[in-house]
Amino acid sequence: MIRARELCKTYRVHRRPPGLLAALRSVVRRRYEEVRALVDVSFAIAPGERVGFLGPNGAGKTTALKILSGLLYPTSGSVTVGEFVPQERRSEFLHMITLVMGQKQQLLWDLPPAETFAMNRALFDLPRREADATQKELVDLLEVGPLIGKPTRQLSLGERMKCELVAALLHRPRVLFLDEPTIGLDVSMQARVRDFIRRYNESTGASVLLTSHYMEDVAALCPRVIVIDKGHLIYDGDLRTLARRIRPEKRITMHFSSLPAPGELDRLGSCVARSELQATLAVPAAQVTEAVRAALGRLPISDISVEDPPLEEIMQEFLGGQPANGRVKSA
Amino acid sequence: MSRRFGGEGLRAARHVLRAYPALLRVGFADMFAYRAELVVWLLTMNMPLVMMALWTAVAANGPVGRFGRREFVAYYLGMLLVRILTGSWLVWELTMEIRHGTLAPRLLRPIHPLWAHSAMQLAAVPLRAVLVSPLVLILYWAAGERLPLHEPERMAIAVAAIAGAWLLLFLIMAIIGTLAAFVESALSIFDVWLGAQAVLSGYLVPLELLPPWVSHAARYLPFRYILGFPVETLIGLESTTSALHELGVQCLFIAGSLVATLALWRAALRRFAAFGG
Repeated sequence: MIRARELCKTYRVHRRPPGLLAALRSVVRRRYEEVRALVDVSFAIAPGERVGFLGPNGAGKTTALKILSGLLYPTSGSVTVGEFVPQERRSEFLHMITLVMGQKQQLLWDLPPAETFAMNRALFDLPRREADATQKELVDLLEVGPLIGKPTRQLSLGERMKCELVAALLHRPRVLFLDEPTIGLDVSMQARVRDFIRRYNESTGASVLLTSHYMEDVAALCPRVIVIDKGHLIYDGDLRTLARRIRPEKRITMHFSSLPAPGELDRLGSCVARSELQATLAVPAAQVTEAVRAALGRLPISDISVEDPPLEEIMQEFLGGQPANGRVKSA
Repeated sequence: MSRRFGGEGLRAARHVLRAYPALLRVGFADMFAYRAELVVWLLTMNMPLVMMALWTAVAANGPVGRFGRREFVAYYLGMLLVRILTGSWLVWELTMEIRHGTLAPRLLRPIHPLWAHSAMQLAAVPLRAVLVSPLVLILYWAAGERLPLHEPERMAIAVAAIAGAWLLLFLIMAIIGTLAAFVESALSIFDVWLGAQAVLSGYLVPLELLPPWVSHAARYLPFRYILGFPVETLIGLESTTSALHELGVQCLFIAGSLVATLALWRAALRRFAAFGG
């Protein structure tokens, strides 16, 4: 469905130090620097897949999404989405995709979202009955019925983002590029948007490419991740495999009914968090069963849970340990 | 191959025709959201009135060329009318969209962004026409016998010249706005354009009152076809034959600007960095 081959993107950026003198000097002599946003990035995504783009700020994730959606031209390399080259911006291609940018909006600012929906229906040349049915379905799923008649500028950030999703999905795209779709939303709203994206993917079979700074989004939605750092693809594969490779351990979180005996916890694993009646231990994955059994036998446990280490920690360790020039790994 | 492109072109044209009423409707709704700005903008259009006061005072002692007091009144009221009806804000909009990256959502829709922009700008014309209708009455008083009200042919040329002026200005603004993909100071370029337009379009002074070499040069430049030519046609300073010829020249400028707009747009898309987000 989506194929990128040796994708490179280099930006030419004007640089100057701060200050009046530097400003005057830059009038006569401008200094430019080349920034390599993507370097030989290759990957393929199958129909219906949900893939997360991960990486620190400025890694090249958004650049990749913009190239895939045809907004940017790659400096070299090639990309196809379906049978289309995105940069040709063929009408059929634009009908097939959508790009939701958490920091950019397509809703008309001073008019109610319903006006944007009506405009998109016309621009995408959608049959009225079909578009009305899709709009109703999306509006119901995202629970924005009472909002779509209010001017966009009077909606909260979360309300706007949900309406953005309706506007972006009205033409039922088969490929969703989502760039920080939950940015600025509260936890419950994030969960709702995530749930909505998963349901859309499952019901329509659309491919989803997602970038997000909220690891929860990626962990909850994307079985596969592509990690980009300094423009280089450094991992492409299963999220759990990456987690196991970086942190081959589980986290056992225990709540106690009374204080455990001193030293008992240390025998089970290394303690990563501790309060009076709660402790979290890091335990090698192979020893989890034994550790849980021992904890239940020896400690005053009121509640116990076993989880993977947080994705934030894994990514921090993974990206912190990468060589500067990047290196391609795959699972 | 050419059949494929021909078929695609026809399909795209049909698509635009089907989508355009919706774009106009949204533009109309949007314009009502900005009605206060529209009134403020109209109030800033006072330069022709200032020039009218100045030149009618000059003409009190006798006509200047073909212009007596009533001719000056008719000329500057016509200028105000054409300026208001053909005014566009595309260059500011486009420059901002390119520099801030907000052009991106428009590029993701299967219709050229300039179609959407044109609808937004055209949607403002009916309300502007209503607001300037008192001007038409004064114009009728000042130059009733010169207005082409009973000459359908001249009336059609005047209307076409005003429509052409709107389109020419729109395309020139599209060209200069698109330059924002290449240079940081596209609006400064437009300031230079406005300076030249003020003189060479007849906005400040009727071209025939300028030194002959300036008025002659102005006939080979696009500025006159944005303001001076439609005004001269409207108030009867151009004969029907001459106006028809000038209309042809205006069409040539429009065609040239259209080709330049499309070529520059194509090049600008390669440069567009979709900054922000």
